[in-house]
Amino acid sequence: MEPLDTHISRQYNVDLENIRTLVLQMGGLVEQQIEHAITALVQGNVTLADAVIVTDYKVNSLEVTIDEDCNQIIARRQPAAGDLRLVLMVIKTITDLERIGDEAEKIARMAVQLANEERPKNNYMEIQTLGTHVRHMVHNALDAYARMDTIAAVRVAGDDRQIDKEYEGVMRQMITFMMEDPRTITRALHVMWAARALERIGDHARNICEYVIYQVKGKDVRHISLEQMKKEVGEGS
Amino acid sequence: MSENITANAMGLLKSEAKSLNFYYGEYQALKNINLAVAEKRITALIGPSGCGKSTFLRCFNRMHDLYPGNRYDGEIMLYPDDVNILHAKIDPIEVRMRIGMVFQKPNPFPKTVYENVAYGLRVRGISNRRKLDEKVEKALRGAALWNEVKDRLTSLAFNLSGGQQQRLCIARALATDPEMMLFDEPTSALDPIATASIEELIAQLKEQVTILIVTHNMQQAARVSDYTAFMHMGEVVEFSDTNTIFTNPAQKRTEDYITGRYG
Repeated sequence: MEPLDTHISRQYNVDLENIRTLVLQMGGLVEQQIEHAITALVQGNVTLADAVIVTDYKVNSLEVTIDEDCNQIIARRQPAAGDLRLVLMVIKTITDLERIGDEAEKIARMAVQLANEERPKNNYMEIQTLGTHVRHMVHNALDAYARMDTIAAVRVAGDDRQIDKEYEGVMRQMITFMMEDPRTITRALHVMWAARALERIGDHARNICEYVIYQVKGKDVRHISLEQMKKEVGEGS
Repeated sequence: MSENITANAMGLLKSEAKSLNFYYGEYQALKNINLAVAEKRITALIGPSGCGKSTFLRCFNRMHDLYPGNRYDGEIMLYPDDVNILHAKIDPIEVRMRIGMVFQKPNPFPKTVYENVAYGLRVRGISNRRKLDEKVEKALRGAALWNEVKDRLTSLAFNLSGGQQQRLCIARALATDPEMMLFDEPTSALDPIATASIEELIAQLKEQVTILIVTHNMQQAARVSDYTAFMHMGEVVEFSDTNTIFTNPAQKRTEDYITGRYG
């Protein structure tokens, strides 16, 4: 990818750098939202959960701001080639980040519900484990974005498989709990909702990785297998 | 040069430059150009000033013959005849009948609207009034000008607006039923509305003729063309379908140019 700061128009450099930075800022905020939501759920911390729910508007307003900035760049600069791909990927990335924010809010809502339930013996270990992995995945996806690193992007996209497996594990576990003791049904359902939200976050993180590859290589790697994705990235690098 | 596209994928070819070199006296302005022009498609030539795109365009109708010391080397094939139009035995006048040209600034003759369009036909020896009327109307309609000038065919061409004059020049070129049309920055002297109407006209013309267009306006190349060649320092750096050039060019020099970076 061409460096952003080499346009003849300095203002254009600034505009593009600006949306790139705002995405990272939005990413940082979203990461924090996930972390707080998981902690709130695991620790039964209602105050923290409420804070996550209240903070979601910040994620939303960043999405609107960045969207508007992208509109401006398209209207004024008619970006081409790598610049065009950057703007397109930013528009897509912020949609995924906003949805991640919504999922974090969902987890926080489950945390509020679960705080009223009796705590399980394992202290929501399954959510903690899945949550940590998902959080790392989001972090690494944003890292790949920041460094425009396609190799890292493919690796992180691959992590989604592991997340999906862990999610299935949580589902099986919850079904077992519910069969063994119907009194746990309410709690188990809440946990399932939270796990589902985490699994969705993993999908969004994978999307971001795909956009990184599109931006750098100009190749659309959506809806293809991980193996094909590796091949696409390996070529011409 | 990087060719991202094979001639096979382009369908029928109308013309093709093969190992073309061109010299203004000692100065070599074009270096080993190989470029295929697809039939009834629009091919755009883009590149910074002095890159040789206009020089290249002018080779197609032997414009350089008008000045001494200019020298061609290599071939420009015209299909389906399979003749090299640069060959010394080929009559440049005949080439210009078959390959019309429209310039940056509208340059109508100091004659009436009618006579501007009829000029090429008279040179061809057509003098039958009815036939001339018919051909003039057809050319003016082809250039989307007929409705605006049908009542002022006898007024001087200079009385038309800039955009109309340019369409008149297009009609003049169309009158001899050319197989190919060359446009050298056809809209750089026009306002956005006139530009849009010329672009629309070019898009319609490709149903009948093959078009090669030089433009400084990259968005124009992106809007109207099917294929784009990026030229730099007398060479074709990259040639591909327009979509690829503007979303994912293979060469760094192309990307730098179309994204407005220091080359």
